[in-house]
Amino acid sequence: MNIAVLIKQVPDTETKIKIKPDQSGIEEGDIKFIVNPYDEFAIEEAIKTKEKIPGATTFVVSIGPERAGEAIRTALAMGIDKGIHIVNNEPALDSYLTAKVLHGVLKERNISVIFSGKQAIDFDHGQLTQMLADMLDWPCVMITESFQLKEDKSGAKLVRRLGGGAKEIYEIAFPFLVGCEKGLNTPRYASLPGIMKAKTKPVEKLLVSNYLEGQSAFVSYKNYELPPERMAGKKLEGEPQIQAQSLVKLLREESKVI
Amino acid sequence: MHHKNRSYFTEDHEIFRKSVRTFVEKELLPHQKEWEEKKFVPKEIFKKLGDQGFLGINYPAEYGGSGCDLWYKVVFAEEMTHARMNGFAMDVFVQTDITSPVIEKLGTPEQKKEILEPAIKGEKILALGVTEPSGGSDVARIRTTAKKVGNEYVINGSKTFITNGSRADYIVLAVRTGGSITDKETFKNAYQGLSFILFPTKTEDGKTRPGFSVGRKLLKMGNDSSDTAELSFSDCKVPAKYLLGEENKGFYYIMQNFQGERLITAVMSVASSRQLWNDAVAYLNERQAFGRRLADFQVWQHRFAQWAAEIEAAQELTYRAVDLYNRKIPCVKEITMAKLITTELVNKLAYDCVQAHGGYGYMAEYDVSRIFRDVRLLTIGAGASEIMREIIVKETGLMR
Repeated sequence: MNIAVLIKQVPDTETKIKIKPDQSGIEEGDIKFIVNPYDEFAIEEAIKTKEKIPGATTFVVSIGPERAGEAIRTALAMGIDKGIHIVNNEPALDSYLTAKVLHGVLKERNISVIFSGKQAIDFDHGQLTQMLADMLDWPCVMITESFQLKEDKSGAKLVRRLGGGAKEIYEIAFPFLVGCEKGLNTPRYASLPGIMKAKTKPVEKLLVSNYLEGQSAFVSYKNYELPPERMAGKKLEGEPQIQAQSLVKLLREESKVI
Repeated sequence: MHHKNRSYFTEDHEIFRKSVRTFVEKELLPHQKEWEEKKFVPKEIFKKLGDQGFLGINYPAEYGGSGCDLWYKVVFAEEMTHARMNGFAMDVFVQTDITSPVIEKLGTPEQKKEILEPAIKGEKILALGVTEPSGGSDVARIRTTAKKVGNEYVINGSKTFITNGSRADYIVLAVRTGGSITDKETFKNAYQGLSFILFPTKTEDGKTRPGFSVGRKLLKMGNDSSDTAELSFSDCKVPAKYLLGEENKGFYYIMQNFQGERLITAVMSVASSRQLWNDAVAYLNERQAFGRRLADFQVWQHRFAQWAAEIEAAQELTYRAVDLYNRKIPCVKEITMAKLITTELVNKLAYDCVQAHGGYGYMAEYDVSRIFRDVRLLTIGAGASEIMREIIVKETGLMR
């Protein structure tokens, strides 16, 4: 049985993003890259699932430039068996084209389940998993916060979080896709022996250009700007009644929302 | 990976760095306040460090190590600083860099199996017993004796300032097996009568070894999360198989062993310096005085610009020593210089960082006040600055 994990290398959350002078993108020079935090839940769930299924193989797939190799090796160090690095030297892929390339790479690989983060924290689109599900014509559960393998290992029981504390419970037979949410598990960290072992695990290198099938992205990025700096807040003082009155006044006259 | 660090660290080192950082943030930092206050770190944390492979970084796979180069150790030491527990970090480095290296170098396969392997797993804790109430740097004058009687050594004496002392399973103990420090005739050869014994603090049935006792836990200026104790030995019997290396060669072993310890001290001093600098600069950018941020005052700008330059210089000297030691090129001079420069630097910097924090810098709840106390040990332990300068005098051929 094959278990796949989709991961993306993204800038560290602590990185201060700088825009290139010509606004064509972000400065990568000083950025530290990490595995997308939601993808770490996906990696962990894949390893846990594999541990319950004798003979199962896990592999991690990532699209990105050469530096994305570090993210793949991190996943291998955590315990994933194999890697597929789809090298991308032509920058602008949108979600659709990313799904298209992944579909091309994954469709013939006899996969039972694909784990991915529910979204990547760089562009926050959160739509790749569903698009890939559509192309594969597989079911897909997003924002998954619980994953339980069925006893006969023919599928799993999943819990999807809805707004307001409500939950949906799914029982699905393989194959399907899972979009992983925080709280699904606690990702292990790579041990040093794991890191050393990862050096000898195979990483297959493919080229994005071989899977585009003549298609181009629907979305193109014109320019980048930093969000405007947040204005300082206003502090209302005095007795509660006075504060309430001045709040109403401000809402009516300054922000004009009432 | 930061592209500027590519000459020292590879991608794998950086994956390891992330892994240690996450471990530190999840397993150590959340307990920092409690452990510092209680002056106690639970023993189980050694096991967790062992499970991650952090206690056997450079050791061969045969004994459960990962067989990595020294730069992995550097990464580990640098990241451990983020736990903000210099005391506990010291406990760990006594295990990894002060005690276990001599066992790996000199131990018999049986000794390694019994002591090194569980130490790498974090199941056994090690301490080094060299310093005595009557002397530290002057190791030739060690008074604790071990007399061979039949197939055992009988040990008498006492040790002090022993890190991991109150809970060690084994003490790498420096004892006198020959020579004398009282007889004037033989004293010139006193250094020739030292040996190391791998002292098991418990007998095979798990009870404290008769004649061995842990005195009071010592109260210190800083490093509160470290376990520091006084030990005493009174007609304490140990099977002769626990002799490490050859009898009466202990002085040379002690001298050789200092290099790794001093190097790791330098690495941690630089890492602490960076942390102090970052904390202080964050504070300067936040704190207002006279209607401006402290960071807007040129006096602080220049002072911290100067410190940034000095940290960078100390870092490079240290990395150079690491590189030489890693390539097994003799580098006593470079390691000694790095130990001297970095430990003096972190103390002077800590002084300024307390100053920059003003009254808050004097309050125990601010990290800077604790680190100020913690780093004070660094110019004393692992060879005092005065000893470092003595070595540099010899190494540079200054006296002609």
